[in-house]
Amino acid sequence: MAVDGRKRNAVGRSVRKVDGPALVAGKPVFTLDLDLPGALVGKILPSPHAHAEIVSIDTSEAEAVPGVRAVLHQGNVPRVPYTTAGQGWPEPSPYDTVLFDRKVRFVGDRVAAVAAVTEEAALEALRKIKVEYRVLPAVLSPETALADGAPVIHDEPDAEGIYDAQRNVAAAVDIPVGDAAQGLADAAVTAEAMCEIPYSQHAAIEPHCVLAYFDEAGRLVLRTSTQVPFHVRRIVARVVGLDPARIRVIKPRIGGGFGSKQEVILEPVAALLALRTGRPVRMAYAREEVFVASRTRHPMRVAVRLGAGEDGVLQAVDMEVLSNTGAYGAHALTVLSNVGSKTLPLYNKARHLRFHGRAVYTNLPVAGAYRGYGATQGYFALEVAMDVLAEKLGLDPDELRRRNHIRVGETSPIFEKIGEGREGTAQIVRSCALEECLRIGAERIGWREKRGKRRTDGPWVHGVGMACAMQGSGITGVDMAAATLVMQDDGSFRLLVGATDLGTGSDTILAQIAAEELGVPVDRVLVYSADTDFTPFDTGAYASSTTYVSGNAVLRAAQEVRGQILDVAAAALEERPEVLELGGGAVESRRTGKRLTLAEIGHRATYVTDQRQIAATASFACPESPPPFAAFFCEVAVDRETGIVRVEHFVVAADCGVAIHPQAAEGQLEGAVLQGIGHALSEEMLFSPSGRCVNASLFDYKIPSALDAPRIEAILVPSSEPTGPWGAKSISEIGINGPLPAISNAIYDAVGVRLTRAPFTSERVLLALRAAGK
Amino acid sequence: MKVSFELNGEPKYLDVEPGERLVALLRRLGMKSVKEGCGTGDCGACTVLVDGRAMRSCLMVAPQVQGKRVMTLEGLGTVDDPHPLQQAFLDSGAVQCGFCTPGMILATYELLLRNGDPTPDEVREAISGNLCRCTGYVKIVDAVLLAAQWKKEGRWR
Repeated sequence: MAVDGRKRNAVGRSVRKVDGPALVAGKPVFTLDLDLPGALVGKILPSPHAHAEIVSIDTSEAEAVPGVRAVLHQGNVPRVPYTTAGQGWPEPSPYDTVLFDRKVRFVGDRVAAVAAVTEEAALEALRKIKVEYRVLPAVLSPETALADGAPVIHDEPDAEGIYDAQRNVAAAVDIPVGDAAQGLADAAVTAEAMCEIPYSQHAAIEPHCVLAYFDEAGRLVLRTSTQVPFHVRRIVARVVGLDPARIRVIKPRIGGGFGSKQEVILEPVAALLALRTGRPVRMAYAREEVFVASRTRHPMRVAVRLGAGEDGVLQAVDMEVLSNTGAYGAHALTVLSNVGSKTLPLYNKARHLRFHGRAVYTNLPVAGAYRGYGATQGYFALEVAMDVLAEKLGLDPDELRRRNHIRVGETSPIFEKIGEGREGTAQIVRSCALEECLRIGAERIGWREKRGKRRTDGPWVHGVGMACAMQGSGITGVDMAAATLVMQDDGSFRLLVGATDLGTGSDTILAQIAAEELGVPVDRVLVYSADTDFTPFDTGAYASSTTYVSGNAVLRAAQEVRGQILDVAAAALEERPEVLELGGGAVESRRTGKRLTLAEIGHRATYVTDQRQIAATASFACPESPPPFAAFFCEVAVDRETGIVRVEHFVVAADCGVAIHPQAAEGQLEGAVLQGIGHALSEEMLFSPSGRCVNASLFDYKIPSALDAPRIEAILVPSSEPTGPWGAKSISEIGINGPLPAISNAIYDAVGVRLTRAPFTSERVLLALRAAGK
Repeated sequence: MKVSFELNGEPKYLDVEPGERLVALLRRLGMKSVKEGCGTGDCGACTVLVDGRAMRSCLMVAPQVQGKRVMTLEGLGTVDDPHPLQQAFLDSGAVQCGFCTPGMILATYELLLRNGDPTPDEVREAISGNLCRCTGYVKIVDAVLLAAQWKKEGRWR
């Protein structure tokens, strides 16, 4: 929908969040806030070994513990290979997981599950399950996974969709465009960077949790903290062998997800425990389990080589990726694909491109979807390499970006070549305000004054760095969202969406999109999300899709409802619909000035004449994925004596088209940037030599607190996306792509060493300074 | 064993297990605003006020509140009649997922009772034990400063 000249009554305003009043009052709106009488507690027995065969399992003593109602394990649960990745269909992740396997593949892997009347009884039962393991040699790094003779992690015969199980390769992508080797050889100047991201965690404050119970008709209800209610229904049905029509999934308020709740982890176990016992079951991961047994970002090593002319225009880009998907291949192929697909189009001047990636299995925790979804890893290497290139060319880094970035009306072959685990969709960029983002960001940080100045303050040396990024808005050819909009007899509206607000504010944004079209205040639109019995389908909240994909569905439904309202009003006023205007909660005739309120129209249609339900269901399938763009600038101070890096000021200027709710859009950027700063400075899961995570707590795994957060400035730079609802694009992920390279580049500006292994701890910085003799 | 304490102004006298954690007791009594994010005192989602001081209810056992006043977010304001601090969180966009919000509001309520005119750094200090993964803390600090402004203007009741 193109932006028109009409005055906006809802879009572009930071209206009160529709779920806000209940949240600030602490109302019981989250999954576990519902008490179910007689609910059992479900618990999972984790593997103590990184790689082992289960020789035997004896649950007799566990079953004898008073209060224990069920014990599940490989001996009594049918074997159905599936993937925990909650994605569209056909599922692009390999079917390499079963509920309870004969083999365990990481410390924390699921061995058995217990349901008991109390948590104490469940825990006691777990202690009494006797498992005999045959320990196998473990693969604890992606390099050893690929070595000749490495232990084969997925040797089960019934797995499907693994690229090369014998060599531990879960997924592979090879995309050539032109001849990158020749392009690099011919380039006047080349630059390269190899950057590495370790295991890191979403660390949503609400742990993964689910309630499973039965409704009056005996159907299974899953009330769960998920980003993908419809995928939960589909996957659980298949894994536990239940007709999907017998399953209802309810998504209440979600306490953060960031991708970790795009996985179907606890739901099938809780479902099966409920089915076996006939009782409600409540399951929640303890924080340690969230760390070890939910999902992580894919650790990666990304090598980028750039070739450019003397003028700084890129001619060739080569990107090589080694991704560690851990014990199972959830999102292995699609995250790997996105490393290239979300980064390479940004600098579309290069004619020769090569993207080569492998995602390999290891006996370590399972990686999955995490905000940024591969782009974060890709931009780290790409944007550090751009900084190296700028230095070699003697060009200002922001000028180098300006000479190379994609612009309105342009395209990149990558859009078509790389999609989500398959070919993508050709598209041109219809909106891009990156140039303005670069200008504003540079100004706010004081780029011209500070760059290269190395201001010192005792042992502290200051530097500034920058980076750029793009993302997408949904997945072309995969994402589909639907919305049902109903006008009530009082002239207010109900908006039912399968879209999944996980704290982003999407319920509010979707209400705004409808309210704008209907000419009513946002509080006249009651939003309900999401319930597979009552809301129409939506692929879910991931891939920066909700505002764009679900928003377009809502807009279409609102347009249809608007037409129906005008029809009813036209009949009542004895006018043609074309002379009627909808706005301010009423329909008015431009010809006669006669007016009907929405309440009068709703009343008439419901009760009086030509009775009908004013309502529409509309859907939107994502035909293209317009990228949001962002420029990141930061100032850091580096203590030369201790190696401590302090971010002093972080600026992100981002183009998300028209921001439907500016405050929420800023909030997405601010939160994503701080997560990225955490990646850059402190966050890393550490493992013992036997593969056990040794810092699986919020004390030992350091996410930034308010005291660690620098001054973060988020600036929305408007553009208008012609295909977006009211001109909008996405904003939720892009902010996490900038901090790693921008901070690395700022450290280089300050002290002249390149930090390419995250996080940039004081030890690593100090070692780098020593190695460089500084 | 029996404990008696005051919960959001109401006297309570009830049976608890000696080892029952305060977070579990409060949630059992319907105070669902008290959230559990870690169980180890690191995230602050379970923050409640005990005799006016912000405490981690996951690190306390029920008998520790014997004879004390306990306040949860349910005792501050309601959906229809929010406390100005709750209103400030709404107006400032300080709530994204809302899971850390009850603890954040109680921690900063305690701060504003002690110090009606905090600096941004004092606000950061006061919430340093309350982790938020959504907001980057920017709008939470804004909200607390806004509430402090309203307090100075006499808009708190």
